Amino acid sequence: MTDLTLSNQALATKPAPPNEATAFRLPTQWIGVAPFFIFALMFLILPTLYLVLGAFQRGDGSFTLDNILQLVTDPSISASYWVSIKISFWSAIIGAFAGLAIAIAIVRGGLPSWTRSATLTFSGVASNFAGLPLAFAFLATLGRVGIVTTLLRDVLNINIYAMGFNFLTTSGLIAVYLFFQIPLMVVIIVPAIDGLKKEWGEAAATLGATQAQYWRMVVIPVIWPSFLGTVILLFANAFGAIATAYAFAGPALNIVPIKLYSQINGDVLHNPQLGYAIAFGMIVITGLANVFYIWFRTRSERWLK
Amino acid sequence: MKSGKFWAWVIFIVGAAYFFIPLMATVEFSLRMRRGVHSFDAYRIVLGDARFQSTFLYSVIAAVFTIILGVLIVVPAAYWIRLRLPQLRPIVEFITLLPLVIPAIVIVFGYIRMYGSNSPLPFLGSNMGANALLVIGYATLSLPYMYRAVDTGLRTIDVRTLTEAAQILGAGWGTIIGRVILPNVLIAVLSGAFLTFAIVIGEFTMASLLNRPAFGPYLQNIGANRAYEPAALAIIAFAITWGCMSLIQILSRFAPKSANRPN
Repeated sequence: MTDLTLSNQALATKPAPPNEATAFRLPTQWIGVAPFFIFALMFLILPTLYLVLGAFQRGDGSFTLDNILQLVTDPSISASYWVSIKISFWSAIIGAFAGLAIAIAIVRGGLPSWTRSATLTFSGVASNFAGLPLAFAFLATLGRVGIVTTLLRDVLNINIYAMGFNFLTTSGLIAVYLFFQIPLMVVIIVPAIDGLKKEWGEAAATLGATQAQYWRMVVIPVIWPSFLGTVILLFANAFGAIATAYAFAGPALNIVPIKLYSQINGDVLHNPQLGYAIAFGMIVITGLANVFYIWFRTRSERWLK
Repeated sequence: MKSGKFWAWVIFIVGAAYFFIPLMATVEFSLRMRRGVHSFDAYRIVLGDARFQSTFLYSVIAAVFTIILGVLIVVPAAYWIRLRLPQLRPIVEFITLLPLVIPAIVIVFGYIRMYGSNSPLPFLGSNMGANALLVIGYATLSLPYMYRAVDTGLRTIDVRTLTEAAQILGAGWGTIIGRVILPNVLIAVLSGAFLTFAIVIGEFTMASLLNRPAFGPYLQNIGANRAYEPAALAIIAFAITWGCMSLIQILSRFAPKSANRPN
């Protein structure tokens, strides 16, 4: 019997690589990643789960769907979701197409090489230039006493405010959000366009493809997963943005992040359970968006390795 | 092909106009404080404001601690995953992407509820605790950028050989990470650090909800109450962001090029 276990052990250890032999020192294996996992658990995963759980509870801890239902039945909350979704959707779509056009122009448009490096540097800056300073910049440009507003009024006699322009409309916010959406698109999509191999164009040309056929059958199928993936990332990016809009309107503006901000600060709703539900709704929407993003990204990586 | 080039120029110029007109307008606006002439009054007032100095300093210190915390968490994890636990890579990549999925305002809401003064870990019960929680929150926000920067840096070096060589020479884990691995990925770490700095400096939501005297809430306050100073602050913030990004670009020229990714 001892013989048997011995030979079993010998069999078991023999083919294993040297690393496996130290498997009994398991704790040291994990020591390098432990800080990361503890940190992520304590400050990312548990706080989020706490809110998600709270969204399904009453104040006394019993379970309920009332909070979630309130997201739909409370007209001001469902309106704020709707406005946020619209702004995020359109700023993502417009930003993505504009960013794609700029990326194609600087990568494949035959422009001098300084345009490429200048655009990429600027995009790196502008995609991180969100928040309050961005709002200030737009107020200085298109605010009531902004430069472009007064120029249009004094020189061309066009009063954009009399024409109904306002930052606090959906289209006004979309225009502002584009200032960080377009550069983010450029930063993410340029590598994908770089990944289009020259040989594919030559091969297509050799086989007699027209320029239009090359785009329809080669470029678009290769680019579209990255493109759609980035659209979704832009959507999530806009959906969580608060500072820029807050600088324009303070707590009055009815978009989801500002709604939640006011709720946390306690100056509007006084109901933490509803706050949890609003947060839960945001996580669901950006989470869904990112599930699609990951799915598209894995598809795009087939080509752009 | 001629018309293609024409349209490329059109797109480039329209795009450049969209981005440069607001910036130039902001510069011009920030100089208009004194009636009739251009002056740097707005800048002088902003820079001389004691609250500007104290909140800006606060945010710079918060950014430095965020970077240190981020490095301490990310570098050992990224290294260990490359060396020993590649099977954890997808999980860690997923976790580091989460701060892009979960909006900052949701994360900080969770903190307020979980770490209030009555909780087992009462971060918000004291000033120092709240400062620590803000730094922790910033480290969470910067996780996606930090991890990707460090992981890209590690890809360019042969982690296994370096580790084994150091071990043969009798180095312990502290020495290996601190004196062999870290110097090799220093440039990548610094890129992540500058990006973190740019993100932290003007951050508004977390600082405001945790009630910290940071630069973001100060910006908000000035924006709501003044006319010309906000434009000057926007230009200053833009210059800081630009400085950080330029440093990253300069650093990337010094970064070691990997054999399989020459670009």
